[in-house]
Amino acid sequence: MTQQFYVSPEQLMKDRADFARKGIARGRSVVVISCQDGIALVAENPSPSLHKIGEIYDKIAFAAVGKYNEFESLRQAGVRYADVRGYSYDREDVTARGLASVYAQSLGAVFTAEQKPFEVELAVAEVAQTQEADHLYRLTFDGSIADEHGFIVMGGQADKVSEAVAAGWQGELDFAGAIRLALAGLVADKETTTLPVSALEVAVLDRGSESGRGTRRAFRRLEDPDIVALLAEEK
Amino acid sequence: MQETTANRVAANATSSFTEHLQRERPDLMPFGQVPFNQLPAAHSAAPLQAPHGTTIVAMTYAGGVLMAGDRRATMGNVIASRHIEKVFPADQYSVLGIAGTAGIALDITRLFQVELEHYEKIEGTLLSLDGKANRLGAMVRGNLPMAMQGLAVVPLFAGFDRPAGFGRLFSYDVTGGRYEEQEHHAVGSGSMFARGALKKLWRPGLSEQDAVAVAVEALYDAADDDSATGGPDPVRQLWPVVYIVNRTGAVRVPDRDLAAVAVRVIESRTVAQREA
Repeated sequence: MTQQFYVSPEQLMKDRADFARKGIARGRSVVVISCQDGIALVAENPSPSLHKIGEIYDKIAFAAVGKYNEFESLRQAGVRYADVRGYSYDREDVTARGLASVYAQSLGAVFTAEQKPFEVELAVAEVAQTQEADHLYRLTFDGSIADEHGFIVMGGQADKVSEAVAAGWQGELDFAGAIRLALAGLVADKETTTLPVSALEVAVLDRGSESGRGTRRAFRRLEDPDIVALLAEEK
Repeated sequence: MQETTANRVAANATSSFTEHLQRERPDLMPFGQVPFNQLPAAHSAAPLQAPHGTTIVAMTYAGGVLMAGDRRATMGNVIASRHIEKVFPADQYSVLGIAGTAGIALDITRLFQVELEHYEKIEGTLLSLDGKANRLGAMVRGNLPMAMQGLAVVPLFAGFDRPAGFGRLFSYDVTGGRYEEQEHHAVGSGSMFARGALKKLWRPGLSEQDAVAVAVEALYDAADDDSATGGPDPVRQLWPVVYIVNRTGAVRVPDRDLAAVAVRVIESRTVAQREA
């Protein structure tokens, strides 16, 4: 007869957390910055089709690091949650807070109940009329949720990247400034001083999408030429 | 098929919002909630009185397609609404107009809009124009039991086919049959009269402005002979809803442009001083 060894709950949780952290630390970083024009989401991602950043709803975007299949299933679940909610109530009743708390519950449930925890870290961003009303939520593998101010850095060398972004962050940045700052952060742990545009995935939540582009959907993915043009603007 | 995790995941992977809703929240579907054999027979009582939307016209023009609808909903002999809008953008490159039972039609429109946006967000790419037209056909088909109770919805769908580089029109029957239309088409109670007008007014290669004028005049003719279609209303400043769809996307024609066009139509008819 096989004997079940006793493992203390503390040890069990610690092992799971270490396992998840290791998985996340292997990935490249993602930076989310709230600025004057809206919210900029910048990821180091050489693939042009396997996205780390996605649109959830009119004013809400999603960014993730870690295992692709795991955060992709969470992204799709988020889109379904938001669309069902917006369809059954009204479009304005879909909020980042509601979505983030659903994510927190699912991540928490997977962390305690499943064979292995999700090796992911998520950011849920919601753009508002004014910068003070923007929401940035960070969700970690164990279901913890944090309401962040200004910016979020996740992934591999998050500490170094975070330091660089914190040093340059200010509320008055425009999109070009925010993306430049994110780039400066992403190269903080490398020898190079710049990244090729093809290694970047950039999207924005446009604060003025209604007035500027005539659409309530604030999310816009920037293609390589758009990024080059934006970065070439006067500093 | 063997019940494996991979099979289960594959079966659950859908990019369709309607499919997801049918599976998880069937109570939210605009149709299909009552099993077909449990619906009351249509002739058992007086027909259910519900607002009905009326005439929609659509046509191709040099740069794309245009769709226009009048502003009236009727319930029997009563005008249920003078302000109703029956033409909607479906997504960035397509529009749909609805004739028939207004309540169900508005819900189907909303479902269709979410369906297209949902696919775009899940897949990261737009559905093809034929794909969109087929999805709308499936929704009309889903409403067939209600249609047999007299609560039919008949949409008209128009969009810009980006790979092909021109605008296309699709009409439907109550069983969900999808038919691609050439040049122009109309649906709703005033459609016979609107089509008659379109046959005389439409010509190949219309400019955008001329197409808007043709659409407004066709609706004017429909309203002239069909009591359920509303004409332009200078007293309340109500004009038809007109959308144009071209390479750059779907845009609503502003009311002040429509006011000018409608007033020109009324003036020209007044000056002519003829029966029609």
